[in-house]
Amino acid sequence: MNIVVLIKQTFDTEAKIQLTGDGKVSDQGVNLIINPYDEFAVEEAIRIKEAKGGEVTIVSMGGDKAQEAIRQALAMGADKAVLISDPALAEVDHYVAAKVLAKALEGMEYDLILTGWVAIDDQSAQVPGRLAEILGLPQANVVTKLELEDGKAVCHREGDGAVEVLEVPLPAVITAQKGLNEPRYPSLKGIMQAKKKELKKVTLQDLGLSAEEAKAKIVGYQLPEARQAGKVVEGEPADTVRQLVEFLTKEAKVI
Amino acid sequence: MPGPLDYRLSDEQLALQKMAREFARQEISPVALKMDEEEELDPFLIKRLAEYGLQSLNTPVEYGGSGLDAVGICIVLEELAKGCASVAVTSAATALAAYPLLLAGSDEQKKRFLPPIGEGGGLASFCLTEAEAGSDAASITSTAVRYGREYVINGTKAFVSNGGSAEFYLVFASTDRSKKAKGISAFVVPRGTPGLRFGKKLRKMGIRAADTREIILEEVKVPVNNLVGREGQGFVLAMEALDLARPGVGAMSIGIAQAAFEAALNYARERRQFGKPIGDFQTIQNMLADMIMKVEAGRHLVFQAACKLEQGLPFTKEAAMAKAFASDVAMEVTTQAVQVLGGYGFIRDYPVEKYMRDAKIMQIFEGTNQIQRLVIAKQLFA
Repeated sequence: MNIVVLIKQTFDTEAKIQLTGDGKVSDQGVNLIINPYDEFAVEEAIRIKEAKGGEVTIVSMGGDKAQEAIRQALAMGADKAVLISDPALAEVDHYVAAKVLAKALEGMEYDLILTGWVAIDDQSAQVPGRLAEILGLPQANVVTKLELEDGKAVCHREGDGAVEVLEVPLPAVITAQKGLNEPRYPSLKGIMQAKKKELKKVTLQDLGLSAEEAKAKIVGYQLPEARQAGKVVEGEPADTVRQLVEFLTKEAKVI
Repeated sequence: MPGPLDYRLSDEQLALQKMAREFARQEISPVALKMDEEEELDPFLIKRLAEYGLQSLNTPVEYGGSGLDAVGICIVLEELAKGCASVAVTSAATALAAYPLLLAGSDEQKKRFLPPIGEGGGLASFCLTEAEAGSDAASITSTAVRYGREYVINGTKAFVSNGGSAEFYLVFASTDRSKKAKGISAFVVPRGTPGLRFGKKLRKMGIRAADTREIILEEVKVPVNNLVGREGQGFVLAMEALDLARPGVGAMSIGIAQAAFEAALNYARERRQFGKPIGDFQTIQNMLADMIMKVEAGRHLVFQAACKLEQGLPFTKEAAMAKAFASDVAMEVTTQAVQVLGGYGFIRDYPVEKYMRDAKIMQIFEGTNQIQRLVIAKQLFA
């Protein structure tokens, strides 16, 4: 079974977000990781390969730094990778991203496309769905358990107090949710072998695309206001209740 | 003109560091205090180490190991030691026992003995030291006498790392006592060989989880093809193996020191006295600055030694400097970390007193720091 895994390099979950002088998100001193939900997808793909054979191809869009994330996926056990890297892709919207990815997948042989259900940076959860639409493939999202039977995938989705079981024919786009698996670390041997694996870099031109105007543009970023310290109301109960009510109605204006 | 010194790690080295750091943070640190208290390594953790290739760092991939070079080994050992020195020592001791085979073993021997400690997940032990032969290693009294197709080994080895739990024991014994150092030979004694017995696990000050004990060899028979290299080559092999492993001891020392520094820094940020974090006081700032200066200096000595080793340059002096300096730094920095934490540093609910106990052995084993200084001086006057 051949699997394509789409990964995105994101900030570490513990990264402190800061803006540059011209209002962009600064990546100074930030640890970059594989989007954690994409990492579940990588792990799942490798497990399927180990059980059923086939090849796992990593596809990512990003700058040169994204190679680090790709090498990690290769070190975990993926077989080869494609990095779509082009200055014109620096600020694309989800529509363009899905279109470019779909084009990059043209001509690849796959039975399954796996990726995370959402990226932890922009949290849009748009690209997998759009990609499935463009490719005309069925999709199953936010999957916590995946079983493959001949020609179909049985996908479990967890809701409040219940599990929904979906069945989709393959090939399909399936997105991973936390709980799908516990990703492995790359082994030392895997790390040493990763540099020998194929990592193909392609530009928009290589894909036969030209720089396309994004349909949505980012106008600016703002940091959330710093949280104010809490207030402690002190005194006798009768007095503190009065103070609290006054605070809630007049200052916080929540009642 | 040579180019500028490049202090960056390569992408691959960064990946090794990241992996080992994550592994130490998630798998080792959470159980480190418990293992220390119980004086026992977590067997599940040892299995995980092997699974990820952290247990046979120096063994080439073709013999089931991870095939790291000296710099890679130092990167990984530092991170493991940051998690728990006992775990790092377990891995480093296995690597030490593999070196004589890598240096002088036949292909058949490497195929027979190395895969079980790589993919197989087993440990190995380097058995040189005896009760009366520590720094003066050439004076060992263990003997190996050849009878036909076998050697019969007798003797007792002291302070053997991984003593009770190794797949094989790399034993140094004299095949000709009249030749002193030149009569020493190296043998592989597999686990389960009749006559191979274990003493009681030693109760130690530091690296308490590591399995260190006496090994007793009583009429132990091994086939002649378990002789590593030639008869009489053992002492040279032992010294070469210790040389190769020495930057790694420096790296482990730096790992312990770095962990202690980070614990002290975090504490200085959080602990408030006189109305402000103690890190606001210049006294504490000075202590922390001194600590990190020494840690960084030690790390550079370690990498220098590992780089020279890897480039095929003379590295004996550099390795001795790295080992002695880094372990002295570890002792000093861990002691200072305890001081920064004050009373909390002294109790076993915080990790820093463990760092201080663990640091001490780094100044003692694999050549005491006094011997290292003699090695350095010998190179100076050579």
